[in-house]
Amino acid sequence: MKFSIYRYNPEKDEKPYMKDYDVELQHTDRMLLDAILRIRSMDDSLGLRKSCREGVCGSDGMNINGRNGLACITPLKDLKEPVVLRPLPGLPVIRDLIVDMSQFFRQYHSVKPYLINDSPPPQKERLQSPEDREELNGLYECVLCACCSTSCPSFWWNPDKFLGPAALLQAYRFIADTRDEATSERLDNLDDPYRLFRCHTIMNCVDVCPKGLNPTNAIGKIKEQMVKRMV
Amino acid sequence: MVNRVVVGAHYGLRDWLIQRISALVMVAYVCALMLFFYWSAPLTYDSWKTVLSHPFVKIFTLLSIIALLLHAWVGVRDIFMDYVHPYPVRLMLQVIVILLLMMYALWAATLLWGM
Repeated sequence: MKFSIYRYNPEKDEKPYMKDYDVELQHTDRMLLDAILRIRSMDDSLGLRKSCREGVCGSDGMNINGRNGLACITPLKDLKEPVVLRPLPGLPVIRDLIVDMSQFFRQYHSVKPYLINDSPPPQKERLQSPEDREELNGLYECVLCACCSTSCPSFWWNPDKFLGPAALLQAYRFIADTRDEATSERLDNLDDPYRLFRCHTIMNCVDVCPKGLNPTNAIGKIKEQMVKRMV
Repeated sequence: MVNRVVVGAHYGLRDWLIQRISALVMVAYVCALMLFFYWSAPLTYDSWKTVLSHPFVKIFTLLSIIALLLHAWVGVRDIFMDYVHPYPVRLMLQVIVILLLMMYALWAATLLWGM
């Protein structure tokens, strides 16, 4: 199978280039990551992140034939040859397919992605009704692979000011949580022409999310909560 | 690096809402305008004059023009925010646009009521 992979080692290369590989696959190679690891067994200079190899850790997000996705859960049979692999767009490249995610995580950090509840904890746990728990479905599953944020043109343009779909989905995850007490403060911190309102409902995030989540819907719900609070 | 606490600017929702609501007003006006074109074809100076002399039409027209200007304000401001980074320049451009839009509103009003 033919591959064309983005290569850049800032210590050696003056500028990035695409390197072609032709690799013989074994019958056990089903996902793109299997093929990449086979390539790496031929060329160990290829840099990439990976860990769980089953779409849970979110390490191997990359741009596959022009579309962001997780290599470990992308079936090889669905890919058109040559398979063009590039690092996630819009983030600084450290080496080959490895990008610097600091900006992404800074935005994530700024939404306080943890439960804020200053009431003394009850004897057992803080309970939720099944309906309230239902609201968290489609929010908590995010693995922070950055596929969505790095496919968002608004994030490409203002990565330091616009939170991006991943962080906004996480923001709504805690706004929607009935055990959280900081809802109003959270909404205050999102009410900003850049942080939230740079989303122009382009929906690339929904298109690429490897976990099938819908950040646009979550962003809409944040706006809905703000309107509800205002009127 | 100083790790400053990140908070929102505490505005933005109103502009976003204005853009949505003004869009609805404009859609309603365009539909009404289409109907007018359909019913009173062929269009003449007199048919325009008759319909625009009606006070309800005048108010609806002015309302739609104001909606258009507010809609344009949010859009143009967003463009400035994205592309004009030195803030004194941005502020200056924004003031110019606000003054222009206000002028357009006054101009539209004088046109509508001055005929």
